[in-house]
Amino acid sequence: MFANKLHREAEARWSIEPFDRMQVPVVVFADDELIREMDEQVYQQAANVAALPGIVKASYAMADAHWGYGFPIGGVAAFDPEAGGIISAGGVGFDISCGVRALRTGLTYDQVEGKERELAEVLARQIPAGVGSEGKLRLSSTQMDEMLTGGALWAVEEGYGTRADLKHTEENGRMAGAEPRYVSEHAKQRQEKEVGTLGSGNHYLEVQRVTAVHDGDIAKVFGLALNDITVMIHCGSRGLGHQIATDFAPKMIKAAKEHGLELADRELACAPIKSDVGRQYYGAMCAGINCALANRQVLTHLTREAFARLFPRAELTLLYDVSHNTCKVEEHEIDGRPRKLYVHRKGATRAFGPGHPSLPQDLQAVGQPVLIGGTMGTASYILAGTTEGMNLAFGSCCHGAGRAMSRSQATKRWHGKDIVMHLAQKGIVIKGSSMRGIAEEAPGAYKDVTVVVDATEKAGLAHKVARLEPLVCVKG
Amino acid sequence: MATGHWELFSHPADIGIRGLGPTREAAFAQAAVALTAVITDPEKVEPREAIDIVCRDPDDELLFMSWLGTLLCEMDTRKMLFSRFEIERIEGGIRARAWGEPVDVEKHDPAVEVKAATYAGLKVEQDSAGNWLAQCIVDV
Repeated sequence: MFANKLHREAEARWSIEPFDRMQVPVVVFADDELIREMDEQVYQQAANVAALPGIVKASYAMADAHWGYGFPIGGVAAFDPEAGGIISAGGVGFDISCGVRALRTGLTYDQVEGKERELAEVLARQIPAGVGSEGKLRLSSTQMDEMLTGGALWAVEEGYGTRADLKHTEENGRMAGAEPRYVSEHAKQRQEKEVGTLGSGNHYLEVQRVTAVHDGDIAKVFGLALNDITVMIHCGSRGLGHQIATDFAPKMIKAAKEHGLELADRELACAPIKSDVGRQYYGAMCAGINCALANRQVLTHLTREAFARLFPRAELTLLYDVSHNTCKVEEHEIDGRPRKLYVHRKGATRAFGPGHPSLPQDLQAVGQPVLIGGTMGTASYILAGTTEGMNLAFGSCCHGAGRAMSRSQATKRWHGKDIVMHLAQKGIVIKGSSMRGIAEEAPGAYKDVTVVVDATEKAGLAHKVARLEPLVCVKG
Repeated sequence: MATGHWELFSHPADIGIRGLGPTREAAFAQAAVALTAVITDPEKVEPREAIDIVCRDPDDELLFMSWLGTLLCEMDTRKMLFSRFEIERIEGGIRARAWGEPVDVEKHDPAVEVKAATYAGLKVEQDSAGNWLAQCIVDV
C-alpha cells in the first residue's frame, strides 16, 4: 500500500507525502534495487514516526532500513521541544549507543600476512565475548556513576587509552547531560561485570585490510592507504543499555497515555521532551551512551595489548568512533533559522559534513569519518560526511548492511562450520564461541553492503573514502 | 506446571517466543523455556540451582513483559541459564521459581544473548477452549 505512494525525488531519494495522521513526509534513501526489496513494514513504521508530535521536516529511512521496534532500523527523526516534540525509547532502541570504532595499526598487509591465525587466537583470548562472558573490571557504585558520567574520558583517566582517542570520538568521548540517578539499580548491576566485553549477536572485532581507496585526498587525512591494516570494533552499552530501554518502555507507554498521545504501536513508547519521564529518559540514555563509549574504549585498550604481543611496533590510533542508536540535542538550520532539535538515530550513523564545529581540527576540512561495518566475511566501508547531507537528513546516513533474512531462516540454510570453512578458503579467520551464532550471522543473511553504501553516496549523504576487507573476525 | 508446550516463531530480524498451556502461569513458564531456547538447547541446562521471582502488574501483557524482563536481568547478573519454571498466581501477579545453572560455554554452546523482551508481537490470551498463549518477539 505504501510502495504505491512512493514518489521519486532524486536518483536515490524517494518520498511519501503525508496522509492520515502523518505531519511530515517519509523520505527514503535507496536505489531502485533496494526500493524493490524494501520491506513494506519500513514504510509503515516510518509513517507512524511521521505522525508523532513535534517532528521536524520528515521521517527518514536510510538505505539499509529494515523492520525495527516502533521506529524502523535505519530510521532518523528530529523533534522540536518548543513544538511539543517527543523523545522516544523506541526511537533509540534497546542497545543504546551501539556503534563502531575504527583503529589504524601502522601495519601493512605484508607484515601481518601469515600471522592471521595467531593474531585471531591472541585477540580471542584477550577480548571477553559471547554469552555469560565477564570483563576484568569490577566497578563499585561510585565508580559506576563516574563511568556513566565520564564515558570514554573516564576510561582514559583509568588508564585505558589516550587523550588523542577522545578527540576522535563523538562528543569528545563524554556525552554531556548524563544522569546516573535515573539509571536503575538493576541496570547498574547488569554492568558490574560487563565493562570491556564485546557481547554477542552481530557484535564483533575485526582485523581488516584496506583493499580500495576511493578518495585519495580524504584517505590521506584519515591516515589510510592501500594495504593498511585496520581494526574495527562493533558493540554497545551491554546489559546496562538494554535495561534502561526495558525500564523506560512501560514508563513511556504510560506517559504517552497521560499526555494524550495515541501510539500506533507500543514500541513507539515516547514522552514529551518537556515532561518528567522525557527528561529522566534523556538523562539515563546519555548515561547509556557513556557506558558504550567507555566499553569501546576499554576494548580498544585490550586490542592494543593483544597487538603488542605479536607486533611490538604496532601503534593503534583511533580513526573515529560512531554511535548508531542515540538521541542527541543538535542545532540544525530550519527555514533559515537555527533550532535545537532532539535527533533520534536508530541504526543510523551521524555523518556531519566539513566545517561542523563538533569535529576536531584535523577533520574540519573533510568531514566526519563514517564507519559502515559489513557482515562477517564481507567488506566494510569508510565514508566522509557531506555538507549536502546536513540538509538532506540532519547529517545522517546508513549504519551497515541491514538484515535481509531471519535468524531461523539463516540457521536452516547454513551451518556454522561450513561458513567458517568457506571463509577460511577466502583467507578470513573466524573466531566465534558458538557455531549456531555464526550461522545466524551468515553473510548471506544480510543485504549487500556495497549496494547500501553506493546508494548512500548517490543520495549525497556521505562520500566513499575506502573499502576494507576482513582478515580476522572475533565474534561474540 | 510442566504442562503445555513452547515454540519459537520466525521474525525478519529477531526471534519470537511463544508459550502455551492450560493456565496463564503455565503459558508464562513455557514461554520462559522458549526464551532459553533462543540462547541454547534447554535440555542442556540442568536445574541445579533455584531463584525466586515475584512480579506484579494488573495487565496480563505487562505482567508477561515484567516476568521476561526480570528473568533476563537475573540471567545477565548471575550469568546463569534456566530450564525449569514453576509459577503460581498471587494477588496482582505471579510468584515464580526458576531452576538452572551457571553458563558453561563448552556445555551450552550459547548462540546469542537476548537483549530484551519487546512489545512487538506481544499477546497474552485465552482461547475459547480455555487454553492460554503468551508470546512476544525478543531482541537479540
